[in-house]
Amino acid sequence: MTAFLVRRCGFALVTLFAVLTLVFVLVRIVPGDPAQLILGDQASRETIEALRQRLGLDKSLFEQYSVFIAGALRGDWGTSLVTGRPVIGEVLNVLPWTIELTLLSLAIGIVIGVPLGVAAAVRRNRFVDYAARIASLLGLSFPPFVSALLLLLGFAIALRWFPVISGKNATFYEWYQSITLPALNLGLITAAYITRVTRSAMLEVLQEDYVRTARAKGVPWRAVIWRHGLRNALIPVITIVGLYLGILIGNSVLTEIVFSRPGLGKLIVGALNQRDYTMLQGMMVIYTLVVVIVNLLTDLAYGIADPRVKLR
Amino acid sequence: MTDIAAPAKPRSPVRYLLMATLRAFNANKTSWVGLVVFVLVVMLALLAPFLSPHDPLEQNLIARLKGPGDTYWLGTDNFGRDILSRLLYGARISLIIGLASTALALVIGSLIGMLAGWRGGRVDTLIMQVMDVLLAFPSLILGLIIVAMLGPSMINIIVAIALTSIPPFARIARAPTIAMKEREFVEACRSLGYSDARILGLHILPNILPEILVMGSLWLANAIRTEASLAFIGLGVKPPAATWGGMIREGFENILDSSWLVLAPGAAILIVVFALNLLGDGLRDAIDPKLKGEA
Repeated sequence: MTAFLVRRCGFALVTLFAVLTLVFVLVRIVPGDPAQLILGDQASRETIEALRQRLGLDKSLFEQYSVFIAGALRGDWGTSLVTGRPVIGEVLNVLPWTIELTLLSLAIGIVIGVPLGVAAAVRRNRFVDYAARIASLLGLSFPPFVSALLLLLGFAIALRWFPVISGKNATFYEWYQSITLPALNLGLITAAYITRVTRSAMLEVLQEDYVRTARAKGVPWRAVIWRHGLRNALIPVITIVGLYLGILIGNSVLTEIVFSRPGLGKLIVGALNQRDYTMLQGMMVIYTLVVVIVNLLTDLAYGIADPRVKLR
Repeated sequence: MTDIAAPAKPRSPVRYLLMATLRAFNANKTSWVGLVVFVLVVMLALLAPFLSPHDPLEQNLIARLKGPGDTYWLGTDNFGRDILSRLLYGARISLIIGLASTALALVIGSLIGMLAGWRGGRVDTLIMQVMDVLLAFPSLILGLIIVAMLGPSMINIIVAIALTSIPPFARIARAPTIAMKEREFVEACRSLGYSDARILGLHILPNILPEILVMGSLWLANAIRTEASLAFIGLGVKPPAATWGGMIREGFENILDSSWLVLAPGAAILIVVFALNLLGDGLRDAIDPKLKGEA
């Protein structure tokens, strides 16, 4: 297990550096001078020069790179060009909102997706299977902002069960009111993905010899499905869930915009609209960190779900 | 699929591909449904200038925010522009960006994947690690940042979406290339002294092409959805040009009393993406039953 862990952590570090470098390059391939872009055409030479100095753009590329990497690792991501506050503070302010939304959606997705996928696989080519397949294909065809708008139109505007703008959490009732629709929106889309993977993984596992053996020696069908079948089907499910978290984070941006909910999504769109480059750079660093950590957790989950993985 | 390298008079490859395609379509009726709907949308987009009842950019300030009715079948937007005409023209932008970015990703990704699989060893490890990193990063965020940095023009949007969809194509092309590498017909090609490029292009590519193309239809759905998402965030082709995501963005401001503004383009996106998913999903079932239903 230790060797496995060390190797995975090593890979995570390499990934982190690679993406940080990518972020550095991305921010610098902007056509034209960022300082000029930020200040607009009216700005005087002196103000542009001052901003260039503040952003460190007057230094050599190598110097900029080392400053950037060192800062990123130390948690010093510069100050927002718009608000003047440290980027990391702004990010940490809204991060809990996004994490809460993402985790809750993931939970909804698993609770709906895994049993539905198992049911579809067990009753292959019967009604449940067809219904689950069509529903999940429809679910993953929905652009997240379109489904969010439908929920908003139906439950917040027509039925008035929930507020149109969510983002309060002083009392439990307020919290429940503000998170239900956004979490449901992302959760249902997540469920669509999880249903499909669970179904295909289960279909494969149910054909294995050990499943036949278990049935032959008289293990109840239910136990075969859940203990022998699902346990072995979990690996591909975890892989897809790990990969899907990237998509989920992207989708949360759209959901947060539709429901006017605070979070990384609203922050990044605000930064885009106001051309807040340091903020954008910081956002990318935080996304990278999240992705790397998620990948690491996925790998750990493998190890727990399937002891054979550790040997590889 | 193995008989492509058959000795003596091989069957005409075009005819073979046609028959194989037809078989794949017939295996799953849903792929026909997806294909018909998608072709219909393409036709509507192509014929937009003839079908549109109004100019998509023409503003009629007297008829602002009109609900669906006789003159304006799907209503008008905040500037009094006809929603139906804008939907038809918007289909063009969605399809052009979707098709171009998917084609770009398909070609580059497949080349990378085949190269990695063919070379093996360190080259393979390095390439696939890079692909994994790219794959791990949220593609919408990456696309969003690239478009924001380069500016929201059609070319930049195409490049951004293409970049984020290269890794899946590399993966799908790599695995079968590795499997093919060991087969006798490749061995034979090698002993005949064929160049790597010739073996890869003429002998391996035809064998892995079906899988890549099926992936293409699924990623086309994804590309169209991403384009709409970017436009919704405000990084679409610049207004006043009509884009589906942009229409929803504009309609969102009046959602409380004019819900058709978001419902019509929302339905359009959903129909196209669902049709493409039906198409790709059915075909994938047909060519590889083992992959059935994998997301």
